[in-house]
Amino acid sequence: MSVVLVDSGGANIGSVRYALQRLGVEAALTSDAAAIRAADKVILPGVGAAAPAMQRLRALRLVEVLRSLTQPVLGVCLGMQLLCAHSEEGDVDGLDVIDATVRRIDARDGLRVPHMGWNRVRAIAPHAWLAREDGWAYFVHGYAVPVGASTLATCEYGATFSAAIGRGNFAGVQFHPERSATLGARVLRGFLAA
Amino acid sequence: MLSRRIIPCLDVREGRVVKGVRFRDHVVVGDIVELALRYRDEGADELVFYDITASPQGRSVDRAWVERVARGIDIPFCVAGGIRGVQDARAVLHAGADKISINSPALERPALIDELAAAFGVQCVVVGIDSSRDEDGEWRVRQYSGDPSRMRDAARRTLDWIGEAQRRGAGEIVLNCMDSDGVRRGYDIEQLHAARAICRVPLVASGGAGAREHFREAFVAADVDGALAASVFHSGHIAIPALKAWLQEQGVTVRT
Repeated sequence: MSVVLVDSGGANIGSVRYALQRLGVEAALTSDAAAIRAADKVILPGVGAAAPAMQRLRALRLVEVLRSLTQPVLGVCLGMQLLCAHSEEGDVDGLDVIDATVRRIDARDGLRVPHMGWNRVRAIAPHAWLAREDGWAYFVHGYAVPVGASTLATCEYGATFSAAIGRGNFAGVQFHPERSATLGARVLRGFLAA
Repeated sequence: MLSRRIIPCLDVREGRVVKGVRFRDHVVVGDIVELALRYRDEGADELVFYDITASPQGRSVDRAWVERVARGIDIPFCVAGGIRGVQDARAVLHAGADKISINSPALERPALIDELAAAFGVQCVVVGIDSSRDEDGEWRVRQYSGDPSRMRDAARRTLDWIGEAQRRGAGEIVLNCMDSDGVRRGYDIEQLHAARAICRVPLVASGGAGAREHFREAFVAADVDGALAASVFHSGHIAIPALKAWLQEQGVTVRT
């Protein structure tokens, strides 16, 4: 099985790669369209801001490549947000494979933003391969996807937001599975077994 | 609901974990990866590694151990020590760290906070602050605290610096209250409470943990997001599973 990590310029690529290694899978880091198309599994990682990340995907001519993939694609954190139609962060259009909009976490009522730390995830809907998990996961983000038709799991922080979203072969998690201990490993294992 | 974080802090000197009292008399307590894995297994929510000699010596953190830690553990960790620019930070983040914490270099050149936030997002950028109370009753920031011979008064009021750091893009503040550090009489609740009142980003208490009640106080009375401690964990004086079970009984939300 071949797994590729799309080199979207994010800073968590190393830790996602190590998490896969702990599960016995060596993932290649690539921005090559042919390698991405040929892979059995594709991970879109990402830490940073939506606009520069989309700019990088456009510069690498990967937008259409990613949109047309039919194998399992897992977005992680910003990578999940890039799967959506639009993000308020930098007012930028995403890959639009999941019909959702990324919104800023509202910092009213003393809510501290970014949402940083371990929070409870509750599975609400099934997906072809994303593990249905309830438990603690590690989050670090200032923007979130409100609960909608594509929501697979939720989390509470001020409001309820999407901890995981999915549609068809695409799914994403807002938390960091590579840093979410046991639950994170189960999510990655489920993806690898898809 | 977001849980309160228990954060063992590992001071790193020449690639080994050390601990001193009031920033002096460092003794080696163990291998970095061994300790990191032990704390992960015990339920630590996050780890912080301070390369305490990097900043005073004007060098960047040694990336080899960052990568070793990143390969081994599946909880988040933060690295501090001598990160002076975007390139240093990128190297540490690419080695697998989840966050970088800057202290002295941010005091030397506050624009570093803006640069790091712009390059990596505020969520990666932690500003560590060593603070001590002066005779006039004012809390002020100390610089180069890893090396007593070079430590000097940075002449900034701690609360002013917290305000400036978050305006510039700090995504988290670690407030190390030096007057209580290493003596296990409890966190400096008064100072943390004052910091909390102006801090809109996550705030982590550091310095003074000696008993489980101290953690509860920091979470309940000062409303901090995380509590950092070193010697009580390294020595086994406080076991993390028992601490978390007790905090949960006390109504504090912790990851179990």
